[in-house]
Amino acid sequence: MSGEHKHHVVPITHYIGVFVALIVLTGATYWTALMDLGPLNTPVAMTIAIVKALLVVLIFMHVKYSNKLVQTMVVASVLWLLIMFAFTGQDYLTRGWLGN
Amino acid sequence: MSQQAHAAPGAVRLAHHFDDLQQQHESAQLGMWAFMLTEIMFFGGLFLCYIIYRNLYPEAWQLASHQLNVLMGGINTAVLICSSLTMALAIRTAQTGGGRITQIAWLALTLVFGMTFLVIKYFEYAEKFKHGLIPGPSFIDPSGHAASVFGGEVRHARIFFSLYFMMTGLHAFHMIVGIGLMLWMMRCSWKGYFTPKNYDGLEMFGLYWHFVDVVWIFLFPLLYLLGAHAAGGGGHH
Repeated sequence: MSGEHKHHVVPITHYIGVFVALIVLTGATYWTALMDLGPLNTPVAMTIAIVKALLVVLIFMHVKYSNKLVQTMVVASVLWLLIMFAFTGQDYLTRGWLGN
Repeated sequence: MSQQAHAAPGAVRLAHHFDDLQQQHESAQLGMWAFMLTEIMFFGGLFLCYIIYRNLYPEAWQLASHQLNVLMGGINTAVLICSSLTMALAIRTAQTGGGRITQIAWLALTLVFGMTFLVIKYFEYAEKFKHGLIPGPSFIDPSGHAASVFGGEVRHARIFFSLYFMMTGLHAFHMIVGIGLMLWMMRCSWKGYFTPKNYDGLEMFGLYWHFVDVVWIFLFPLLYLLGAHAAGGGGHH
């Protein structure tokens, strides 16, 4: 019951910093969407989105301060998602590549 | 859970099957992330459909995306980011032993942002209904609005709108569930359940709330911004 409890308390300034970064990056998403980057529009938008998601997951969701088991779980969930995308994509997204 | 219900306000609740609060806290975190893994796969199926159909019909995707209201979508993105900040501050208040009134105030603010999101979403949906951009037989009616906007791409644009409503609808459903849970959390705060030693329930709810925000972070550029640089020199009306 005497549980030595060590929870990381994130300083308010870090939360405010993440908040400002998220707003600025949302602006950047819109700004880059206005430019015609050809095939690069979506990769740029997704890169910004991934940075935003990382900020939320690491700081707001405290994963940066969580134990290794939780961190492994987080990485695993993204990995499982990518496996689903990759295995389905290797069929649907490659049809016609061989010209038949 | 029953133990929780009978605990005196402010009492530290340790379930009998855990060694200590640290272990109880880490188990809760792990369990919550296991649940969120299933949520990621749940939304992931829709994102996968999106990838496949967008790859098949890129022109329709660009035209249909241009019909969405970028301003409303953008405001909603900002609203959700605000709600994530206030959620994090609500948890921090419990962590640092801030009063229950402060906890409830942050949660109430988060609730207001959540409701604002849904109200804006309602107006967006209403606009789509008004213009007949609802996937169904009428969508491909040659004399309808959609046919005049999308021309030969109308059938493919209908798939975009099916996915738009499914993805944003499932997201909005999560918001509604979140608002219900928020009210429960506010009640728990009022009863003084969340203390620096044990605020697990509030923290797990926070994880859920932030997760819903992360989904929107991906939905906004994928659904709203594909047509931004095309026709009309950017922006939306």
